[in-house]
Amino acid sequence: MSRDKDRFLNILLISPSILAVFIFIYLFIGWSVRVSLSKWKGLTADYTWNGIKNYLELFADPRFHVDIRNTLIFTGVFVFGSILLGFILAVMLDQGLKGEGFFRSLFLFPMAISYIVTGVVWRWLMNPATGTRTSGLNLLFTNLGLDSLVNEWHTTPTWGIAAIALAAIWQMSGYTMALYLAGLRAIPQELKEAAQIDGASELQIYRHIMLPLLSPVTLSALIILGHMSLKVFDLIVAIAGKQLPLDVPAIYMWQITFDGLFYGKGAAIGILLLISVAVLIIPYIRYTLRMEREENEN
Amino acid sequence: MNKKIFALMSILVIASIAITACGGAAPTGAPAAGGNSVEVFSWWTGGGEAAGLEAMIKVFNAEYPDVEFVNAAVAGGAGTNARAVLATRLQAGDPPDSWQGHAGQELIGTYVAGGQIEPLNDLYEAQGWLEVMPETLIPLISDNGNIYSVPVNIHRANVLWYNPTVLADNGVEVPATMDEWFAAMDTLKAAGVTPLAVGEQWTKLHLLETVLLGTLGADAYNGLWDGTTDWASADVTAALENYAKALTYANSDSASLSWQDAAQLVINGDAAFNVMGDWAEGYFRELGKAPNTDYGWAATPGSGGVFQFLSDSFVLAVGAPDPEAATAWLTVAGSKAGQEAFNPVKGSICARTDCDKSLFGVYLQSAMDDWASNVVVGSLTHGVVANDSWKTEIDTALGLFVADSNVDTFQSALVAACASSGPCK
Repeated sequence: MSRDKDRFLNILLISPSILAVFIFIYLFIGWSVRVSLSKWKGLTADYTWNGIKNYLELFADPRFHVDIRNTLIFTGVFVFGSILLGFILAVMLDQGLKGEGFFRSLFLFPMAISYIVTGVVWRWLMNPATGTRTSGLNLLFTNLGLDSLVNEWHTTPTWGIAAIALAAIWQMSGYTMALYLAGLRAIPQELKEAAQIDGASELQIYRHIMLPLLSPVTLSALIILGHMSLKVFDLIVAIAGKQLPLDVPAIYMWQITFDGLFYGKGAAIGILLLISVAVLIIPYIRYTLRMEREENEN
Repeated sequence: MNKKIFALMSILVIASIAITACGGAAPTGAPAAGGNSVEVFSWWTGGGEAAGLEAMIKVFNAEYPDVEFVNAAVAGGAGTNARAVLATRLQAGDPPDSWQGHAGQELIGTYVAGGQIEPLNDLYEAQGWLEVMPETLIPLISDNGNIYSVPVNIHRANVLWYNPTVLADNGVEVPATMDEWFAAMDTLKAAGVTPLAVGEQWTKLHLLETVLLGTLGADAYNGLWDGTTDWASADVTAALENYAKALTYANSDSASLSWQDAAQLVINGDAAFNVMGDWAEGYFRELGKAPNTDYGWAATPGSGGVFQFLSDSFVLAVGAPDPEAATAWLTVAGSKAGQEAFNPVKGSICARTDCDKSLFGVYLQSAMDDWASNVVVGSLTHGVVANDSWKTEIDTALGLFVADSNVDTFQSALVAACASSGPCK
């Protein structure tokens, strides 16, 4: 009796959020799908059926090809860079050095800054001007005699987007460090000691014991950073404005919808973005849920 | 204890979320319920624009003391955010009485097509505006003979800014034609000066429209937008080749420069020429520079005697909550007193040709002379000649061209854009 009452109360309490989530997320996703299959262009809604033509046009659109290429480069550089740097920082902090708390906060701080602020600062740092107007990192390199490092940053053809990824790495590697640090601390000291007694070198310990035990952390970092990089928008706009060589799907979606009033095509880009994020996230959520269930059963 | 603190924190967090949510939802100026009020929507929230709007509101309040003016301005560069907010309000059937928009196809292609703004021919006739505005302007802000907006200010797009000292040092004259311009830039390049300062992508689109005008001439340029000039023609190819050539004289870091950065290169003597609208002049004066000594100006090469304009204008909403008050606002916006209050502060000239010249600086006076006497054509980048969809497609084609420099693909993309969103079939 009281159990039923509990159950009823539980459902009652949770129903407003379920309803809100259903309306504001799933209903609107459904609506966007419908818009993406329509001919809607201009301010007035037009739901004339257009099939998958918007999608086909996107796949044939040279600008969308640039977007995909940029997203792949950005994701690759950003995810790999953040994980590598985050791991190195975590291992260093894990050595029990003095002032660990200070350095931990220091490395974490960039995460507290919004992408817009990061973007403005890195816009100055990565100024590609030459001659007397050289400034930012290029000026630093010149003054240090490291002229070979001077480069065009985000204005480099094709690979310019990787420069944007540098700013993103600066921002997110501290977060990755925190993830790894928590993972490292969770590894029982005994395992390490046992390996040492068996005569394993420090490098072997990291390679064969720490890294495998940290693989859930790596997976989490991969997913979190990966889905962020697919949706990147503000950082690029803050550093370089809306320019085609640094175009990504989110910027194209904004421009084509609100500047160009192609609502149908804009919705199609939105749905493609959603699918790409879902492909990354859903297996992860299923994996996590399964792990939790197994843990509960044990 | 800990639980208490946690509860307190939760309440604080929830409260702050609720407060910010309310702040976000409320419009900048809530319209007064009932009564006589006019809600005017714009993106004039800072600098000379906001000050000019305030000056014009003063004129309005003096002439219509019983109408309350509700300033519903939304911040954001060149109106990108404001336009998104406006689109949402129009879709929800909640239009402001009047709103700001770039005169021409940006308004017509968007709001006339959607049946959201009223024609204003009666107001133009009643106020005698047809007599005081240039004859060639009217067709550019009309559709099927209906005039749809009241231009408050006029900016000129086809201005070539130059550094007089740099030109004199290198023995270069101010060029009047494309060929003279290229010759001048060859000389400057050989002397180690950056001939042309260009900024981020939209400034390249701005350069493109002036090169199209300079190469094709006013009539053929106008024909591009009404379908009488063929985008696939050899003339357009020649114009695009001129454009490609002009870009070869530009600074290499253009992608990282705003229009101000690019204009400043000319002021500082780092570059010789810059093509930018005449809001650049306001920026030069802000930097404390003097006209004719620190900077000079001319019509862009090949466009002498032509005034390529853009204009901020106001419209009358279909279903305006208070059409009478909205008409009163439009009357002030088009009046001599209203425009003389707004423009000297904003750094633009009146759309009317009868404003008092003594209120304006040296450059603006010369622009006023040209406005009254030149052939008027519209700007592409700033919304006069092409609707938003068309402009976005041209902008995409331009972005791809800047990356690959292929004139053929560029031209065929422009032909496709005209067929998809323009008058070409």
